[in-house]
Amino acid sequence: MALPSYATPIQRTYYYAYLFFCAFVFFFLVAPLFAIVPISFSVSPFMVFTEGMLAWPPEPEAWSTRWYRNMIGDCSADVVSTTVPCSTKWMVGTVNSFYIGIIATAIATGLGTMAALGLSRPHMPYKALIMSILISPMIVPLIITAAGMFFFYARINLVYTFTGVILAHVALATPFVVITVTATLVGFDMNMVKASQSLGAKPLRTFFKVIMPLILPGIISGALFAFITSFDEVVIVMFMASIDQLTIPKQMWAGIRQEISPVILCMATCLVVLSIILLTTVELLRRRSERLRGIKSR
Amino acid sequence: MPIGDMLLRSVDDSQINTVFPKTFEEYRKWDKSKDELPPEEVYKALFQELASGDKVKVGRALTRMNYSKSGWKSLIKKTSRAIKKAVKKDELPDNYKEFLIETNEKWADPTYWYAMGQMINNTTSIYYWNAIDRTFDENLNVVQQEENRRVYVQTWIKTLKVSVYVTAFCLILGFPVAHLLANLPLRYSNLLMIFVLLPFWTSLLVRTTAWIVMLQQNGVINGVLVWLGIISEEGRLSMVYNETGTLIAMTQILLPFMILPLYSVMRVIPKSHMRAAQNLGAKPAMAFWKVYLPQTIPGMSAGGLLVFVLAIGYFITPELVGGKDGKLIGSWIAYHLKTTLNWGLTAALGAILLGFMLIFYWLYNKIVGIDNIKLG
Repeated sequence: MALPSYATPIQRTYYYAYLFFCAFVFFFLVAPLFAIVPISFSVSPFMVFTEGMLAWPPEPEAWSTRWYRNMIGDCSADVVSTTVPCSTKWMVGTVNSFYIGIIATAIATGLGTMAALGLSRPHMPYKALIMSILISPMIVPLIITAAGMFFFYARINLVYTFTGVILAHVALATPFVVITVTATLVGFDMNMVKASQSLGAKPLRTFFKVIMPLILPGIISGALFAFITSFDEVVIVMFMASIDQLTIPKQMWAGIRQEISPVILCMATCLVVLSIILLTTVELLRRRSERLRGIKSR
Repeated sequence: MPIGDMLLRSVDDSQINTVFPKTFEEYRKWDKSKDELPPEEVYKALFQELASGDKVKVGRALTRMNYSKSGWKSLIKKTSRAIKKAVKKDELPDNYKEFLIETNEKWADPTYWYAMGQMINNTTSIYYWNAIDRTFDENLNVVQQEENRRVYVQTWIKTLKVSVYVTAFCLILGFPVAHLLANLPLRYSNLLMIFVLLPFWTSLLVRTTAWIVMLQQNGVINGVLVWLGIISEEGRLSMVYNETGTLIAMTQILLPFMILPLYSVMRVIPKSHMRAAQNLGAKPAMAFWKVYLPQTIPGMSAGGLLVFVLAIGYFITPELVGGKDGKLIGSWIAYHLKTTLNWGLTAALGAILLGFMLIFYWLYNKIVGIDNIKLG
C-alpha cells in the first residue's frame, strides 16, 4: 500500500489526505467510547470534563469512584448527591440482564445449531425460503418486530412476563447463531458423518462426538452474538416487560431520559469492557477455526 | 406469526361490531338521501345495546369510536348513564329517538351518525389513511386531516431523508476505510479492524450516551472547539437534541454495517487490475473510476441497503438524541403502542414500514443474495 518512489507530489498529497481521512474515521468510530471512561470517574454529577480533571499536575480531588459505588447500590453519605438518586436498581437490572441473556442464549444456540445443520444438508427443500424466514428478525426493524410480538403475546397472555421477553429474545438471537454455524459448516466434510455412522454410531452420538467438536468455534461465537443481542436489547424489553422488570439497557434508557445521572457512564464503561472481552474471544475463535480448516484442506 | 397478527390488527374493526351488532344492522337500512336522521329502529337498537352492554367492552369500543370523531366517548358515556337510570326505574320510553335526543342534543347531529358509517364493517382502512394524514368525511370519501393533526406525512418524509443522508455519509466515510483495510497486509488490517468491530460489539445505548456526552453544550466537542478558539464561549454549537445530533450519532452507529460488506468485496479485487489500467495509460483517477469503482458496486449496494434499511426503522437513537424535531416514524409507533394504545394505527404504521422494508429486502436479495451476510 505504500507509495512507489516515483510518485508525484500531487499523488503524495492525495495519499496523505487519504490516510488522514481514514485516521479521522477510525477516531470518529472509537473516540466517543473512550471519552466516557474518564468522565465516569469524575466527582462532579454532570457528565462533563471538569477543570480539575484537565488540570496539570493532576488533582486527586477531581476524581472519585463515587458513581461506581452508587451503581453497586452503596448509598453511603459521600455517594448520595441531591440530583442523583441512589438505589439497587442497577444491580437488579444487571442480574435480570444476565438471567434473560443466558437463558435466551442457551435456547437460541440449541435451536440455531439444529437449524444450521439441517439447512446445510445438500438436499434440503425450500432452503432459500427457510433461510429468509429465519434471518428476517435481523432485517425487519426492531420496532416492527417488537410491535408485532407485543400484539401476538398480548393474545396469549405473555406480555409483562420474563417468559415473553426471553422468547422474544430467542427469536431475535437465533439468526446470528444460524449464520455463524452455517459459516463454519461450509468447511465441514460430510463424509465424516457417514464414516461415523458406518462405524455404528447413532445420530446423537455422531453429533456429540464428531460434528460438535469440529463446529464448536462457530457455535461459541454464535452464542456470544446471541448473548450480546439479548443483553443489548431495549425495545422489546420496554414493550414487553413490566415496570419493575428492569434490565441494564432499560435502566440506561430511563437514566438518559429522566435522570441524566453520571452512573450511566459507569455502567457504559463496564459494558465497553465487556464488549472488548467478547470481541477478543470471538476473534481468537475465528482464528482457531481458520487454522483448523487450513490443516484439513491440506 | 406475530407480524401476520399485526397486519390483521391494522385492518381489524370487528371489536366494535360485537358491541353494537343490532345498531349497525339497522343502520345499514338507513337511506341517507331520504331522511336526515336515522330511523327510530336505529335509536331503539342503540338504546338496548347500551343498556345491556358489558362495561369493559363498551369502553373499548368507545376508544375506537373516538378515532373516527372526537366527542363520541363523552356522548355515549352520558347517554349510557341516562339509559341505565331509565332502565332501573323501569321507565322504557315510547319513542327512543326523542328520548335520546332529549338526553343529549348531539344525537340530532347527523355528523355523528355519518361518522358511525365508518365503523359498521368488520374491516377498515381508516388506520392506513390515518397513517398518511388522511381521514374519511361524511360520505366516506378520503380527505386530508385538519391542518394541526397532520404529522405523519411529514415524519415519513423526514425518516426517508434522514435514512438517505445517513446512508450517504456512511458511504463517504466507509469507502476509504474499507479500501485501506482491504489493501493493507493482513497483520495490520486485522489490528485496525478492531476499531470497526469494537463499536459494532458495544451496546447501542452506550454509544448513544457517549454521543450525548460528546455533543452537548458543555460536551467534549464544544469544549475542544472553545479551547482551540474556533468558537467563542457564547457561540457553543447546539449539536444534540436536534437533527444534526441524530445524523452524527446514527452515522457512527451504522458505519460498521457499511464497512464490513465493502471490505469483504474489496478484499477479493485483484490489485493487478489498477496497475494494469495505469500501465495502459490511464491516469490514477481514471483507472479508479473506470476499473476499481465498478467492481465495488456489489459491496456498495449491499452496505448501502443494509444501512438504509436499518436507519429507516431506527428508534432508540433518534428518540434519545433527536429531541423534539428529530422524531422519526419509529418513535410514533412506540408512542401509539405504549401511550395512546391506538393499536390499529400502530399496526398500520408498522405495516407501511414493513412494506418499504420488503421492497428493499427484495432488492438486496436480487443484488447480493441473502446468504451473503457476514458478521465480523
